[in-house]
Amino acid sequence: MMLDLYTRRRITNAIGLTVSMLTMAFGLFWLIWILWTLLEYGLPALTPLVFTQMTPPPGSGGGLLNAIAGSLAMTLVGTLIGTPIGILAGTYLAEFGQRGWLAPVTRFINDVLLSAPSIVIGLFVYEIYVVHVKHFSGWAGTLALAIIVIPIVIRTTENMLRLIPNTLREAAAALGAPQWKVVSFVTLRAARAGIITGVMLAIARISGETAPLLFTALNNQFWSSNMDQPMANLPVVIFQFAMSPYEDWQQLAWAGALLITLSVLTLNILARVLFRQSATTY
Amino acid sequence: MNAENIANPKIVVKNLNFYYGNDRALKDINLNIAEKMVTAFIGPSGCGKSTLLRTFNRMYQLYPKQKATGEIILDGANILDKSQDLNMLRAKIGMVFQKPTPFPMSIYDNIAFGVKLYENLSKNDMDERVEWALRKAALWTEAKDKLKQSGTSLSGGQQQRLCIARAIAVKPQVMLLDEPTSALDPISTAHIEKLIDELKEDFTIVIVTHNMQQAARVSDYTAYMYLGDLIEFGDTSMVFTNPKRKETEDYITGRFG
Repeated sequence: MMLDLYTRRRITNAIGLTVSMLTMAFGLFWLIWILWTLLEYGLPALTPLVFTQMTPPPGSGGGLLNAIAGSLAMTLVGTLIGTPIGILAGTYLAEFGQRGWLAPVTRFINDVLLSAPSIVIGLFVYEIYVVHVKHFSGWAGTLALAIIVIPIVIRTTENMLRLIPNTLREAAAALGAPQWKVVSFVTLRAARAGIITGVMLAIARISGETAPLLFTALNNQFWSSNMDQPMANLPVVIFQFAMSPYEDWQQLAWAGALLITLSVLTLNILARVLFRQSATTY
Repeated sequence: MNAENIANPKIVVKNLNFYYGNDRALKDINLNIAEKMVTAFIGPSGCGKSTLLRTFNRMYQLYPKQKATGEIILDGANILDKSQDLNMLRAKIGMVFQKPTPFPMSIYDNIAFGVKLYENLSKNDMDERVEWALRKAALWTEAKDKLKQSGTSLSGGQQQRLCIARAIAVKPQVMLLDEPTSALDPISTAHIEKLIDELKEDFTIVIVTHNMQQAARVSDYTAYMYLGDLIEFGDTSMVFTNPKRKETEDYITGRFG
């Protein structure tokens, strides 16, 4: 039977819509299951003790305070080191790198770094730093996290600057502004919200990284504010506690997992809100 | 072509060629721009009128693959010469673009940005300059109470007048307008056309436009371009009422383009 064109289009449309809705539901199903399980086991374990006590030996009560503090410290310092390098390099790629070979080569290497498994970065820092100082340390963990931050920030900074219309650069150049002024007062400013979004996404990414810390910061049963000592951190504690046979350790692992997920979720939502705001003004 | 009979030209274009990579976009252009007059470039899309305009402040230099050969004489010096200081050139030649391009800063800072590049003014003098530029651009009454607000908060027509004020504030001698009203509604367009009329008291103005009525309304001289060639150049009234070339007549009467 020959259907007319309009009916055929409607049928194709209905099939396409159904298939895409089903795949979306399939994806969401796992995501919601994960979140649900996390809330189910994590919420009961999330007591005030988690924020006030150190990680305990098996069989006694305790919290995650040293791990939370260690994670915050390494994430913060790692971001502080990685962000300026990333923003400067991304700015170079977007604004100054039209001529010559340096920018394309840098961009290619950055793409490789961006998709490098984080365990490779952990091993790298282990080889170049931990082996030489002969002990694990907070600094080594920070370094590994900074190396993960850099390519993410480079990529988002470059992309955000490329979204700025060329007419804005031309308008500033037409007034006779030298390029460094055009970049620092006009284009970087116009791309500000997008760049901050990129930094937040980088923070979200490193706050859950386990592999690079396993080879660098390792872990610490006790409170440590010395970055030159092995440092407790949430991902490694979760890894260690979740694999253990002790009930109370497993509880704490759930609490830690929920904490990381919630903070990453918050960061992501903040980043989205911020980016949407910037999209409306520019 | 009667480009030669302009007495006292501000800009003299001699044998100008322009290339996008290997594409030749302007072919041996010879043209005089009269001082404190309005010169309009018209022609169909892709004829090279914007390209020609952008050679006057060497805007093309932002892009690696574009180059110009020939001479463009401004005040006795060839601006295409490598020794020409780009920033000083652009201090003399201001430009306004097709789309309004307010910078992501306050209305006040939008105007102060260009001035600060060349002059070190006190707070008072800068305030005066900003007011002067906004008045010249007929934006003062609308903007005087929101100088600290973002330039992007203005309407499209106001943004374009802000861009004109920004260009004027540097006190250039020449203003290049690249289709300044094509993104605006008729009322804003009328505002800007009136402004152009007033501005030519102080500035030499070159305007690129798609709108032939606009060229007829605002300009003293008109250049008709097609495929990178300057087909006809002369008094606007002559070009529009009694064109010498058949191609110009076809374009102006709407039979082509």
